Amino acid sequence: MPNRPLFLKLLSAVIVFGAWEIAGRIPVSYAFPTFIESMQALFRLALEGTLFTAYAETLKPLVLGVAISAAFGITLGLWIGLSARFEWLFAPVFIVMQAAPLAALIPLLVMAYGIGLTSKVFVVCIMAMPVIVLNTAGAVRNTPVSLKEMGRSFLASDREIILKIIIPAASPVIFSGLRLGISAGFIGAILAELKITPTGVGDIISYSRSVADYPSMYAAIFSIILLAVVFLNLLERLENALFEGNNRGYVSD
Amino acid sequence: MSQTDAATAPSSGPAPDSAVSVRNVSKNYGPVEALKNLSLEFPRGELTSLLGPSGCGKTTLLKIIAGLLQPSAGEIVIDGNTVTAPGPDRAFVFQDFALLPWASVIRNVAFGLELRGVARSEREAIAEKYIANVGLSGFENSYPHQLSGGMRQRVGLARALSVDAQVLLLDEPFSAVDEQNRRKFQEDLLELVRNENKTFIFVTHSIEEAVYVSDQIAILLPRPSRVSEIIRPSGFRNKGIENIRRDPEYLDIVDEIWASLRSYAE
Amino acid sequence: MTAFGYRLPAMSSLLVWGLLWEIIGQLHLTFFVPPLSQVIITLVEIIGTPAFLKALRETAIAFLSGVAASVLIGIPVGILMGKNRLIDEILLPWVNIFLSAPLTALVPVLMVLFGFGMTSIIITTTLFAIWIIILNSRAGVLQINRSLVEMARSFGASPLDAFFKIYVWAALPEILGGVRIGVIRAVKGVIIGQLLISIVGFGALFELYSSNFLMGHFWAVLLVLFGMAFAISEFLGYLERRVAYYAASR
Repeated sequence: MPNRPLFLKLLSAVIVFGAWEIAGRIPVSYAFPTFIESMQALFRLALEGTLFTAYAETLKPLVLGVAISAAFGITLGLWIGLSARFEWLFAPVFIVMQAAPLAALIPLLVMAYGIGLTSKVFVVCIMAMPVIVLNTAGAVRNTPVSLKEMGRSFLASDREIILKIIIPAASPVIFSGLRLGISAGFIGAILAELKITPTGVGDIISYSRSVADYPSMYAAIFSIILLAVVFLNLLERLENALFEGNNRGYVSD
Repeated sequence: MSQTDAATAPSSGPAPDSAVSVRNVSKNYGPVEALKNLSLEFPRGELTSLLGPSGCGKTTLLKIIAGLLQPSAGEIVIDGNTVTAPGPDRAFVFQDFALLPWASVIRNVAFGLELRGVARSEREAIAEKYIANVGLSGFENSYPHQLSGGMRQRVGLARALSVDAQVLLLDEPFSAVDEQNRRKFQEDLLELVRNENKTFIFVTHSIEEAVYVSDQIAILLPRPSRVSEIIRPSGFRNKGIENIRRDPEYLDIVDEIWASLRSYAE
Repeated sequence: MTAFGYRLPAMSSLLVWGLLWEIIGQLHLTFFVPPLSQVIITLVEIIGTPAFLKALRETAIAFLSGVAASVLIGIPVGILMGKNRLIDEILLPWVNIFLSAPLTALVPVLMVLFGFGMTSIIITTTLFAIWIIILNSRAGVLQINRSLVEMARSFGASPLDAFFKIYVWAALPEILGGVRIGVIRAVKGVIIGQLLISIVGFGALFELYSSNFLMGHFWAVLLVLFGMAFAISEFLGYLERRVAYYAASR
């Protein structure tokens, strides 16, 4: 069958959504609406426009936070990757941050910066930054030695080696670090809305839970997961298209 | 086996003037002696092979000549000048090709010229000439991952030729290339040595390859690394490339080298 | 990095950062950052208190249950996916979706379905950890050297033998790698769960400290948490490196 992968994907979607529908009809819990009810709620929210104003609100800290993390994170990562001194000083901080449950900082951020946008942007930043920094630094450090030697033997200056060899060679890994950073940023943005103050999509989730409008609650959660997954998927495809063959062309293949 | 010093090494045939001289070079990595007091002359316009078992320091020596590594003691003299860094007089061909995977063939070949600040149209014209020379016409806009291993190394060779350096340094250039392509390469290399009037320094671990392509073979032995012997095959060079491999002198030299290296095989 | 001819240990710069923390604290620049020394004194004080031990115990139970569930379900499912194409094609899209989905959004659902207690936190932890374990176990099985399997068959190994003597061991580096990342994610999951369901474990402790502005206490708990998370991740990294030679030779 030529469309076997597509067919199986559809089949697996039907199985999961079907199970959701059946579980909702039994129902397994008073708080478990059917798939169809949830989708109806989703369409209603979209038609009313509530969904779009909510997303405008939710995406603000996410976009700001990711932009700040990207700018700072890549710069810092390049620096750490290029200088042993900088690596010694900064890398441990980000290695600990990478392993640590940084979400625990949220109550502190709220005390320091209040419950406004600043705190939320901070939450996105602390979630997104470590992976961006560490990926960038690792990519720079792992530039193939023979490429750098090639540059030197053909008389490249240090600046040319960085601009023409190290950065292009590192860019696929930097890009995937960005993608992982955005993925963590999504977690942070939603966490901020659920924990700090309910705004945007977090507001729809919290509000519909408090009035027991479970279909709307599930619809909002479904939509944010869908948005994150689709967006990250598109980024991954872009990554593959942009850097096609970039990791090949060495002797190893 | 004779352990003669390089300076008094036996050589058959007259040695022309040297393009590159390695004088009393040592290289230590901490307590490990990679090279110890090594001296060697590389005659101008000829191909010299550095041949030896793995770990004998032949690639280290090549990278010191290239200026990529600093010797712990001793010096490298090229045309009367001591060199300590890479320079326009030398070009390197890498074992793993070291092509930029994100750049097309023509940009890869022109990369050395790009780094020297040659204008785009000019460097691409030069690159195109050398791409044609190594037989890759039509692949100018391909990318390294679209080429076979042999073709990639031709790109690496074209890049080294296009900067018009007097000395070409080749670090096991054919070791990652399949056997048929390697033979073709060896024939092309002989052609290059005859036509280009450059000095070639060629690192290999293949005895047959060294004897086939070299005007002079320096045999390096490990622990501590030293030049044990210098051999100058001369008899079969003008009998045509297709006859080399059955020439008695070729076979004798291969046997002789194997006899002195066999105790180093693991 | 070397200074004055000595090689500085990799993480030694954390001492510099600790010193900086102490200085900022001593300068009383901000109420939110008490001196490190004071935090450490508070840490020693609270570490034996019933409230702290209760939070630690609850967190440890949720964390360990979540990790155990992820490992016990994740590894077999991953190996199954690696070996059976149909199961793989049906499950893989969902594994990938949940791997990149912002799982925090699911916590409210768990809260309404399973209540504000341990169950929800354990499920949150499992949801954070399991997907990468599945995916890595699958990858481990998929890239087992064919000739290794053929070797076993040519020497007459039964399918069961092949499974326990070849598959599990040959895929071990990837599986362990997945478990390491999964455990790190589980640490984050258990804390996120506790923050959102803030009446258990450290979540409750954080509520208490921040509503009473007990900065020293707050930082002391953070220090313990971050320290434990880092120790766990380093220990698993060490284990993984010990079996890395399996991967090197293929």
